[in-house]
This record gives sequence, C-alpha cells and structure tokens, in this order.
Amino acid sequence: MAKELSRDELLELYRQMVLIRRFEEKSAELYAEGKIGGFLHLYIGEEAIAVGGCKAMRPTDHMFTAYRDHGWAIARGLDPKAVMAELLGKATGVSGGKGGSMHLASADHRYWGGHAIIGGHLPLATGVGIEIRYNEKPDAVLCVLGEGTTNIGYFHESINLAAVWKLPVVFLVENNQYGMGTVVGKASAVSEIYTKGCAYDIAHRQIDGQDVFDTYKIIGEALDLAREEGPVLLEAMTYRFVGHSMGDPERYRTKAEIEEWRSRDPILRLAGKMTEMGMFTEEDAEKIAKSVEEELVEIVKFAEESPEPDDAALCEHVFVNPMGHQ
Amino acid sequence: MTRMTVREAISQALREEMYRDERVFIMGEEIGKWGGTYAVTRGFLDEFGEKRVKDTPIAEGVIVGAATGAAVAGLRPVAEIMTINFLFLAMDALVNHAAKLHYMFNGQMKVPLVVRTVGGGGRQLGATHSQTPDAIFAHFPGLKVVAPATAADSKGLLKAAIRDDDPVLFIEHATLYQSKGEVPDDEDFVVPIGVSDVKRAGKDVTIVSYSKGLQLSLEAAEKLEKEGIDAEVIDLRTLRPLDTRPVVESVKKTNRMVVVEEGWRAYGVGAEVASRVTELAFDYLDAPVRRVAQAEVPLPYNRRLEQMALPQVPDIINAVKDVMYLK
Repeated sequence: MAKELSRDELLELYRQMVLIRRFEEKSAELYAEGKIGGFLHLYIGEEAIAVGGCKAMRPTDHMFTAYRDHGWAIARGLDPKAVMAELLGKATGVSGGKGGSMHLASADHRYWGGHAIIGGHLPLATGVGIEIRYNEKPDAVLCVLGEGTTNIGYFHESINLAAVWKLPVVFLVENNQYGMGTVVGKASAVSEIYTKGCAYDIAHRQIDGQDVFDTYKIIGEALDLAREEGPVLLEAMTYRFVGHSMGDPERYRTKAEIEEWRSRDPILRLAGKMTEMGMFTEEDAEKIAKSVEEELVEIVKFAEESPEPDDAALCEHVFVNPMGHQ
Repeated sequence: MTRMTVREAISQALREEMYRDERVFIMGEEIGKWGGTYAVTRGFLDEFGEKRVKDTPIAEGVIVGAATGAAVAGLRPVAEIMTINFLFLAMDALVNHAAKLHYMFNGQMKVPLVVRTVGGGGRQLGATHSQTPDAIFAHFPGLKVVAPATAADSKGLLKAAIRDDDPVLFIEHATLYQSKGEVPDDEDFVVPIGVSDVKRAGKDVTIVSYSKGLQLSLEAAEKLEKEGIDAEVIDLRTLRPLDTRPVVESVKKTNRMVVVEEGWRAYGVGAEVASRVTELAFDYLDAPVRRVAQAEVPLPYNRRLEQMALPQVPDIINAVKDVMYLK
C-alpha cells in the first residue's frame, strides 16, 4: 500500500518534476542548435506520471517505456548527465551513444528501455513477468505505453497472455489525447481506454495523470495487485504541452485547448496542494529552481565535454559471442 | 553413437538441455498437451510440467516477444513457432527487438533466446505454408540463423544454440524429420555455430548447400560419381555467421561451384555465397557459379507443379555439368 508522503519526499517529487521540465526545455534548445540528432519527443506536461510512478516502484521492480522516455529515465534514478550525454550521442551516454533519445536504458535500474516501435515493448515486459513467476520473485513490471498503442495487435496479445498466465505486469497507458496528430476517438473504437481491460477480465482504472498524489498512490496499488494476482491496466489522463516531436506543426489541436490543459500543470498543481497543506512557500520554489538550474549547467557541461564513442564501438555488441557457441 | 531420426535428435537435445539447465524452458503453440505439431516435444509436459512446458495462445508476436523479454530477465527460453510462415507475424519481435537489444543498449541486455521453427515445401500445403525464406532472416546482424540437415548436426547445433548468449533462429525442415543418422551419445556434444562442414570430399566440383538442399546434393553427388565426376559437398549449417572458409578452400581446388538452396533464387543464400566466392576466389573460378533454387513462384498445391518448382536432384546434376562444360 502507498504510504503518506512526507514533506521531504513531496519536495523531492516536486524537484524531480522541475528537473525533468527544465531538462526537456534545455533538450529542445540543444536540438535547435543541432547538437541532438534524430527525433526528440518531450515529456513536458506529463511529469507527474513518471515521478509518481517511479516513487511507487520498488528498486527491484522492472520498467519498460515507449520512446517518450527522458522523464521516466530521470525519475527512475538514471544519472541525468548520462541521459543528456545519450541525447548528444556520447560514449558516456546511458546506451553508449548507440541508442539515442528513444532508446535509454539502465540494466542497473532494471529499466529495460526506451522502445521506439509502437507496442514492441509490451511482449518484452510480459516476458519479464514470466521470469518473475518462473523464479517466484516478489517483483512487478511497470510497462508504460501511449494510448495509440492500445489499438495495435501486440497490446491485445500481451495483455491476453499476461492475463492467462497471471503475470505481474502493470500496463500503464499515458493518454495524452493524441497519437501523433490523431485524436483518440478517431483511432480507437473505445474512447475510455482503461475499459479495454474488461476484454481480458483484468483490473482496470483511470487516473488523473496531472496529479502526482494520484499517480503515486494508484500506480503503487496496481503494482501490488499485479504482484499478488496478475496484470492491471491503468489509464493516466494527461497532455503534452508541446508537439509530438520537434517540428510538429500542431495543426490538429487549438491554442485554447493547450491553454486549458496548461492550467492543469502538474508542477503548479503539486505546489498548490503543498501550499494548502502548509508545506510549501515561494522560497521553496525559488530554492529548488536555483538548484535545478545549477544541476542543469552541470548536466549540459558533462554531456558536451564527453567524448564521442570510439570507432571500435561501431562493431561492438552486435553479438555477445560473434563466433557463436563453440 | 546411436542411430536416430532428426526428430529424435532435436527432441533429445531439448530434453538434455532442460535437465542440464533449470533456466531452459519451452513455449509455443501445441507443444504441451498435443506434443508439438511435428511431435518433437511429445511427452515433455508430463516429464517437466507446466512451468517449463508452456502452451501459448496462437499469437506469434507475443510468443517471440515474451520469450525475448524472459531472456533479457535471465531465463533461456526456446520458443517454438509452428512453421516459419507464421514467423512473419513475429518479424518485429525477432528482428526489431531480439536482434537489436544487445547492440542498441550498448551490451546492457543479453538475449539468450532460441526460436525453433520449421520450413520447407514439398508437402502440398499451398503457397502460404510451404516457404523456405531462410535468407530473409539471415539478413539481420544480431540474429544467428542455423539450419541443420543431419541428425548429429541437429542435435549438436540445437544444444549450441541453447547454450549461446545470442538470439538464434533454428530452422528445421519439414521433410527431414524422418531422416536418420549416427549421433554421438555424449551429453556435451555440441556442433559449433558458424562453422561449415565438408560432408563429402571431392576434387572436380564444389556443391554448397544446407538443410534439405544438402540431402539432394549428396544424392546428386552419388549419381555424379557413377559418371566419373567427383563432387565435394559442403554443408553451410549456419547462415549467420556464415563460414565461407571451407567453400573458398574447396573452390581453389575444384575451380567450379554450384550452390543449392530450396528457397527462391533472387536475393538468396546462393547469391550471397556466390558473391563471397567472387570476392575471395575470383581468379580460381573456371566457370560462372550456378545457382539451383526454387522457381520464382508462390508454391502451388498441385503435386506435379509443386515438384516442378522445387529444386530436384537432376537440376543439381545439370548445373554441375554446366559448370564443367560437359553439355
């Protein structure tokens, strides 16, 4: 069961959200400067899900995400310096500069990626669930996906198998209302995504993804339910305040809609609640903002000053054993 | 040595590896209660129980994908895909995930996965159930592809595949299961992945093949011997990593090569082997390399038409005579 969070813990969650927000804004700048290549999908607006979710996980739990993964990586405890270094394609990046923005991972944190093929990580998460049951471990898997992924075959195949075998996997949908530029109702026959859990007779629930109290508590309960019984489907209602990726012309939504959602900013919401609880002042906000800015300078400095991967890295890790078992 | 069928050899390899290593388990459609559609895993459910013999839904994507995830987490799954034709439904899991995780995440993940499947035509199952698309799977760096022909190689290579830390696609041939051969009794007998094998020594011409094509090539070599032609027959056994050393050595001796495969000619295994030989031994070739392969058509149901489309022993004999300018 999720326990009540102390003031220090809440301040830490607040700081993580601010760090992720500023990390993403800085990434956008570095992308504009041409220092980050490929695609860049920012997590701005959705921070409360990763921060609450990771707070609810045990260190031994496993995690998979889709490609909007910077926020999850940081919330899970990966070094933000190494995350930024990965975005810059550096040898010190979490994936050695070979994965990029969409392919962050850390075996030490049981964070198995960062996956960019829609739905591809759902069977992988299901498979980790197999290992947990096989070895009778107390762990669970948090598998994060977008609402657009709930229309692909992998979603149904994975949840069905997880349900038949009662695997400890929480499938957490981040419903940010659009799969790229396609609104939910145009892509899914069922608009209330969490009700898709009915089809597999598994526990399912909707969460306010802008509220870190909600995400922490309910994701935590879902992980425990998954450990005890089997898969759970959660739908966190959220919104990305910026485009799908850099260079999104955003023709599919109105400024008014964006403004309306911006009024539900998860960082401001937590600050407001803590203020009401008498735990937070303007001074706290300023202090945290300052410390985040200092950290951000270090993060960027580390990433920019880090070396490129060696030429030899090109051909490393194609196979564990290039010659095959002899 | 014990004489046994390819089916028995594969079954024995699986059983021995499951006894040797608790982390090894099998999953797939109809592998448990049914005993496997090709009867390879008959009796396994009773012997090992449901934990290690998992019947799955008919859902190839999640079979390969979940097996990949289980491998990342430290198990050593052997997933069975009923036929290679259905593996296309798991193409993403296999080539976008299993074959890439180790590289893309800089060595942080290992995928000690084996996918066993069955390919090949000749049983009147029509166009969608008769394919030999081995070359497609061998195209991807990061995925090992093994396709044995003999009982001993089937056993030894499957054991090597299970013990390997990389993802391995193990392709069996539907018409070779009854084929018999001598198999070593040693429980640690493995055949190395990535090593080709000279199955018949000869001096006049090199015939390179694997899987069903090897059986046909050896038959052709017997017939050619009666006509005074001494063919060397090389079994590739592994398509990736491809070992061309014995092939190049052989061509340097015979100066002529025919490549035999059951799959389609275009962009096939023969094309790859021929290309490598021109790169490595061009000056030794006395004739253009000939490829014997399947006609460029989806396989028809009609028995006569199907056999027309598949490579046959006389096709190999004709190709050999072509490269020897005997026609």
